[in-house]
Amino acid sequence: MADSATLEAVNIDQDAGNFTYPEDYEHDAGYGLTSETIDYISDIKKEADWIREFRHKALKVFNEKPMPTHWASKDLENIVFDNIRYYLSKGQKPTRSWDEVPDDVKETFERLGIPEKERKFLAGVEAQFDSEAAYSNVKEELEKQGVIFVNSTEGLREHPELFRKWFGKVIPTGDNKFSALNSAVFSGGSFIYVPPGVKVAHPLQAYFRINAENFGQFERTLIIVDEGAEVTYMEGCTAPKFETATLHSAVVELVAMKDAKIQYITVQNWSNNVFNLVTKRGMAHENAEIRWIDCNIGSRLTMKYPGVIMKGRKARGEVISIALANDGQHQDTGAKMIHAADETTSNVVSKSISVGEGRSTYRGQVHIPKHLKGCKNNTECDALLINSNSRTDTYPAITVRGNQHATQHEASVSQVSEEQIFYMQQRGLSEGEAMSLSVNGFVNDLVREFPMEYSVELKRLIDMEMEGSVG
Amino acid sequence: MSQTLNIQNLHASVDGNEILKGLTLEVPKGEVHAIMGPNGSGKSTLSKVLAGHEDYEVSEGTVTMDGVDLLELEIDERSRAGLFLAFQYPHEIPGVTNANFLRAALQARLPKGEEIDAVAFYKDMYAQMDSLSMDRKFTGRAVNDGFSGGEKKRNEILQMMMLDPSYAILDETDSGLDIDALKIVAEGVNRMRSPERGFLVITHYQRLLDYIVPDVVHVLFDGQIIKTGGKELALELEEKGYDWVTQELAPA
Repeated sequence: MADSATLEAVNIDQDAGNFTYPEDYEHDAGYGLTSETIDYISDIKKEADWIREFRHKALKVFNEKPMPTHWASKDLENIVFDNIRYYLSKGQKPTRSWDEVPDDVKETFERLGIPEKERKFLAGVEAQFDSEAAYSNVKEELEKQGVIFVNSTEGLREHPELFRKWFGKVIPTGDNKFSALNSAVFSGGSFIYVPPGVKVAHPLQAYFRINAENFGQFERTLIIVDEGAEVTYMEGCTAPKFETATLHSAVVELVAMKDAKIQYITVQNWSNNVFNLVTKRGMAHENAEIRWIDCNIGSRLTMKYPGVIMKGRKARGEVISIALANDGQHQDTGAKMIHAADETTSNVVSKSISVGEGRSTYRGQVHIPKHLKGCKNNTECDALLINSNSRTDTYPAITVRGNQHATQHEASVSQVSEEQIFYMQQRGLSEGEAMSLSVNGFVNDLVREFPMEYSVELKRLIDMEMEGSVG
Repeated sequence: MSQTLNIQNLHASVDGNEILKGLTLEVPKGEVHAIMGPNGSGKSTLSKVLAGHEDYEVSEGTVTMDGVDLLELEIDERSRAGLFLAFQYPHEIPGVTNANFLRAALQARLPKGEEIDAVAFYKDMYAQMDSLSMDRKFTGRAVNDGFSGGEKKRNEILQMMMLDPSYAILDETDSGLDIDALKIVAEGVNRMRSPERGFLVITHYQRLLDYIVPDVVHVLFDGQIIKTGGKELALELEEKGYDWVTQELAPA
C-alpha cells in the first residue's frame, strides 16, 4: 500500500480525464481520408519520399481490406471514416521543458499528473497531444549512454539508419485493416533505441492524450533494444467524453536483439466513446525476452492482441493482461505467440472482468511448428462475471505440431457471489467497496507484476469503475 | 438510551416461508446469551436477519441496537454501528489477503480522508493472532481461501477482535471444530467479554457452552423462544434432548 503522497501523485481517474480545451490548431487535415490527406501530413512533417510512398501504399491496402466483421464485433461498422480528422496539431515542436509547452497543453498534462510523475520516478517522458508530441525529455545520463527517445517524425528524420531497418517489419502494413490505416496516417508515438548493454533502470513513459472531437489518434511506436540491453516502457492514455466516437489506432513494434529485455506496460483508461484498435507485436531474438503487460479499462470497443515472435533460440514471450468491461463496453483482447525457434517459451495470463452489460472476449493464438523442438507455452485465461447480464467468451487457438513441445491451457470463469458480498458488507464495507476489493483480489497476482506506482493507479481505476457500477 | 440488543416480536420469511414467528429476545451489554434449538428452528435465519441479508424479509416486529432501529440500516451500516456476525460458513474471498481485508474493514470505519495507522494496525493484528495461536503467515493468505474449518472459525474470531463490536452474534461457531480449536476460539471469546459488549451465541450443542459459559440460555423452536433460563438449562437440554422441548414445551 502506498503512502498518501504517492496516492495523490497517481491520482488519475476517469473523471479527471474528462475535460477538454477549446480547439486551436495550426494544422488540421480536415475530415475524411484521401491521398490528399496523406500528402498534407507528409508535407507538414517534411518527410523523405520513401515514407510518403509507404503511406500511399498503406492507404491503398487500407481501402482494399474489408472490415474484419466476419470474426470481430459488428460495432466496427459504426466507425464513419469520413467523419474523422486524421491530423491535428498546433505546429509545435516537442520541447524539453514544460515551461515552453503551450499553456492549455501544459495544463492538460498537469491535470493528469504527468510532470509530477516524471519528477518522481521516470527516466524520460513523451507527452502527445492529439497528433504530435508536445513534450519530450529523457534524463541526461541516459542520453550520454546513447539512449534515443524521440517521436516517430524525428526518429525517421534524424536516425533513419537505426529505425528504417525495422520500421514496418515486425508488423507489415497489410497485417490487418487498422495496421494499414495507421501506416497511412501515423503521427507521433515513440522511437526508442537502447544501445548494447545499457540497462535503463527507470521506466520511460509516453502519455497519449486526445483533446479534439471527431478525431483519430494514430501513434506509431518502434522500440529497438540492442544486445544485452534492457528497458521498461509505459504508456497511459485518456480522452474526454465526447458525444461522438473517437478513434485510436496505434501500431507498436518492438525488437529485442540477442539477450535483450523489453517490458511494455499499458494502462489505458479511454473514455467510453473511443474505438481502440491497436496492433502490438514484438520480435525476440536469441535468448531475448519481451513482456507485454496490458491493462484495458474504458473505451467502447478495444481490439488488441499483443504478440511476440520468438525468432531466436531460447527467446521468451509473455503477455499479462487485465481487461475490465463495464456497461456498454467490449474488451476484445488476447495474445499471439509465434514460436519460430527451438527452446522458445511463451506465457499468457489473461484476466477479464465483465460488469453489468459489459462484454469480454479472449482471443489467443499460439503457434508452434513441427520442425522445432523444446518449445513451451502456458496459457491461462480467467474471467470474472459480476451480475448475470455480463458476457465472456474465450477463443483459444493453440496450434502445436510435432511432439517435442510442452503446452498447457487453463481457463476458468467465476462470479462474485451475493454471499461473498454479504460477508464483506457484514464487516463494514459498502457494496461498492466490497465489489472493488473482490475485483482487485481477482487481478491481484497480476498487479504485483507492475511497478508500484502503476499498481496503485490501476487499483484506483478499478475502484472508480466498480463504485460507479453499483446502483 | 437502553444499552441492549432488543428484538421484539420478530417475524421473518425467506421465499415466502415464515421462519421467525414472533421472536422476542433482549441481550443487554455485558451479558452472554445462548440460543439453542434443533435444526430448522430458525437459528441461522435469526443471525442472517439481524445482519440484514437481503433474502430475508421482515414482515413484523422491531430490532433496536442501543436504541437505534437496526432494520432501517444497510448491511454495512449495521456492521459499522457495532454489530458483528461470526458466520457458520465464512465465505472465501479469492485474492484478497486477510491483512488487506481487515484493513479495508477498519478503514471503512474512519471518517473520509483519514488514513489508518499501518504500524499500529499490524501490531494489533499480530498480538490478536498470537492470542489465537494463528500463524502470522495467515496475514498474507487470501481470506478463508483453502483454510480448514478450524482456521476459518479462528479467522472469524480474529476479525471480531479487530473490529471490536458492541454486539457479536456467533452462529454455530463450534461446528466443524475439534476440541483444541474449540478451546482456543472459546478463550478468544471469553477475553472479549466485557461490560461494553453483548454476545448472542447460537449453537446446536451444549458442548460450546462448557467453554463459553452463558448468563442466559434461550430455547428456540419453530421461530419462537419457548423457554429461557440460566446456564443449567443448557445442561438439562443436553440430558433430555430436543424431543423434551418439542413435546413438553412447544405451544400446542
